[in-house]
Formats: sequence, C-alpha cells, structure tokens
Amino acid sequence: MPSDRPLLSLRAVFLRQFLRHGRSIMTSPADVANPLLFFFMVITLFPLGLGPDPARLATLSPGILWVVALLASLMVSAKLFASDFEDGSLEQLALAPYPLAVTALAEVSAHWLATGFLLTLVSPLFGVMLGLPDEGLLTLLVSLLLGTICLTLIGALGSALTINIRRGGLLLSLLIIPLNVPVLIFGTTAVREAVLGGNPESWLALLGALALGSLVIAPLAIGAALRVSLDS
Amino acid sequence: MLLEATQVAIERGDRRLLSGVDLRVTGGEIWQLVGANGVGKTSLLRGLAGVARLGVTGEIRHAGAFLYLGHASALKLGLSAVDNLRWHPASDVTASAGQICEALAAVNLAGYEHRPVGALSAGQQRRVALARLLLSDAPLWLLDEPFTALDVAGCEWLEACVRSHLNGGGATVFTSHQPSRFGTLQQDLDLGHYAV
Repeated sequence: MPSDRPLLSLRAVFLRQFLRHGRSIMTSPADVANPLLFFFMVITLFPLGLGPDPARLATLSPGILWVVALLASLMVSAKLFASDFEDGSLEQLALAPYPLAVTALAEVSAHWLATGFLLTLVSPLFGVMLGLPDEGLLTLLVSLLLGTICLTLIGALGSALTINIRRGGLLLSLLIIPLNVPVLIFGTTAVREAVLGGNPESWLALLGALALGSLVIAPLAIGAALRVSLDS
Repeated sequence: MLLEATQVAIERGDRRLLSGVDLRVTGGEIWQLVGANGVGKTSLLRGLAGVARLGVTGEIRHAGAFLYLGHASALKLGLSAVDNLRWHPASDVTASAGQICEALAAVNLAGYEHRPVGALSAGQQRRVALARLLLSDAPLWLLDEPFTALDVAGCEWLEACVRSHLNGGGATVFTSHQPSRFGTLQQDLDLGHYAV
C-alpha cells in the first residue's frame, strides 16, 4: 500500500510486534505453562513405565528428552498464528507496508522465548530427573537451545500454512514432523555422544547450521505462507 | 482520486458474487455499500483493501494510504487499550501514549485505558478499534460495519468523526445495514445491481 507517511524502520516494526506478542503471551501464562507441564508429566511417567534402573534410563534419556521436547514444541506452535488469524490482526499485518517476514519473525521470537527457550532452561533439571549422566547435561542444554529454534520456526511455518483450514492439526503434523526429523536425530546423537564420552561438538555444529539456516529461510517462507492463507 | 476500482469481480470459493463493479472515490465523499446479507459487501471491501486477493479480478488502484477496519477488531484481549493501539499490527499508529489516551477519552473510554480489552464490553471494544481513526492520517477509510455494537452516543460520535474526516478532504467507504446515516452527504453503491 503506497503511503505518504514516513515509514518506521524495520527494527521499530519488529520491536512493536515483539512487544505486542510478548505482552499478550504474558497476560495468559497458562499457554506458556502448558508445554512445560506436559514435559514435566511425561518425564515423570517414563521411569514409572520403564522401571527405575539408572543404567537403562541413562541410555534412553537423551532420546526421551528430545522426543518430548519435540512434541511439546509441536503442541504449542500449531496455534502460533491462530489467534492472530481469528482476531483480524493478521489481515492488518498484511496490509501494513512492511514485509510479513519481519513481523512474523518478531512473533515467532517472542513465542520461542516463552516456550522453547524456557523449556531449554529447565531441561537440565528434567535431565537429572531422568537419570541423564552429568556429562550430558550441558550438551542437552546447548542442543535444545539450537534445536528449539529450528522446531519453533518449522512449527510456525506449519501453522502459517494451515491456519485457515478447519481441523488443520493432522495436516500440520504430517507437514512438519518430517522436517523435524533431522533436528531430532542431530540433537539426540549429540547428547548420546556426550554421555558416551564421544564428540558431541560436530553434531552441535550441524544443529547450529540448521538453526541459522532456518532463521534465514523460514521467515520468508512463513511470510509467503501467511499471505497465501489470507488470500484464500 | 483516492481509490479507483474498475470492472471488479468477486468470487468466493467457486461462486461468483459480483461482477462489473466500478467505483471512484475522491476526497470529500462518503460511499455506503448496500445490499442484502451475503451479497458480497464484506468481500468487496476486503477486495478493495487488498486483504484477500484471490478471487478478486479487475483493477483496483489506491492513491495514498488507507485505513481498513474489518469485522474483527484486531485487538488482543489480554492487552490494555493503550498497548493495543500503540502496537497495532497495521503499524499506522505512531502516536505517543498521551495522544492515544486523548483518543480513548474522545471515544468515551477515559478510565479504561489500562484495563485489559477483554474485560470491556463488545461496544467498548469497538470503540477502542475506532479510536484508531483519530490517530491515523490516512485519507481513505474503509470501514466494515463500523456501527455494529455501538450505542446511540457511539453512533453519533462515529458520524461526527466521519463528517470531520470529510471536511479535512478525506473519504470513507463503509458497509452498513442502517440506511442513509449521512443523508445527502453519502452516495450508495447498491451491490444488488452487480450480483450475479
């Protein structure tokens, strides 16, 4: 839309959207607590189901922790743009003379801080609960830090593609689980290597590359997907 | 000329709603889109704004900025009225907190500035959304059912607001089921004539 008003800088636009989304997440803390609670519940249930043998838990825990983190992220990112779509914020965003990639990235960033980042911060605690050996804790933290960035961006892309589809949940899972598989493999392998005294750095480097790559590509794809979803 | 739409056709799904709509809006004009339920008033307005581009054919040209206010108010229920306007997703409000409070006072919401919008009534939420009109300098307003949920005083305020926008050289295109609110000032575009 052509405008004679001086445009805001992209940084200012990003900040506005970040604050708006961040503040509105803070007003409904239940949404943030949900994935953490889910994470916590599953982690407490696993030793009950598998038996409390520490040696066995230690070998299984990297995989369990990562799969649960993936599911928790899938659970919340599915709804990332839903409320914006329903309350009309999205059409206003689309009409604004700023790239949707920037405004969408602002929302995803706020969302990640409240979900993926928070989950990363508490993950060593859950690691201890699940008998993950101490050598693996730092690697778990770093791998989840990088991994949740990927998972959130991929989930946001899925959400952007499916917002205007009724009961898009199943389609969303089908769309994004394959994309999440490499993240899961690199993440669990890194933690397992750290536990076994191997070399987790190379796997973390791969995860870092994935995170940077998705930071560059995903916002553009999310912007385009939101436009397509609004148009139809 | 603020808006020029030529031979616009609107399709929704696989059904064609309207075809051959011509509309030229210049400063100082009020246009009301009228027609029965389902004739395509909202779809046309969304098409004119450029929100939905799929299924809209024909030429739509804007000269200058416009403000679009849809059915949905684009308000976050957890945020206060001030925050909602300050961080409005359209990013067209660059007013200070003081100016926003003045605008909220003008829509009779003084004292509600910092309450969560979700705690306000539907009419009050509508007023928050409409306060954006006072803070924007866009010459063209595209308003979808702006009178919905407003009480008598609210409707009168909105009328006065549109009139003063007109005197400032602006123009308004709106949809409503209430006939001729602006008397001789307004022109009607009866979509029944273009229905397919």
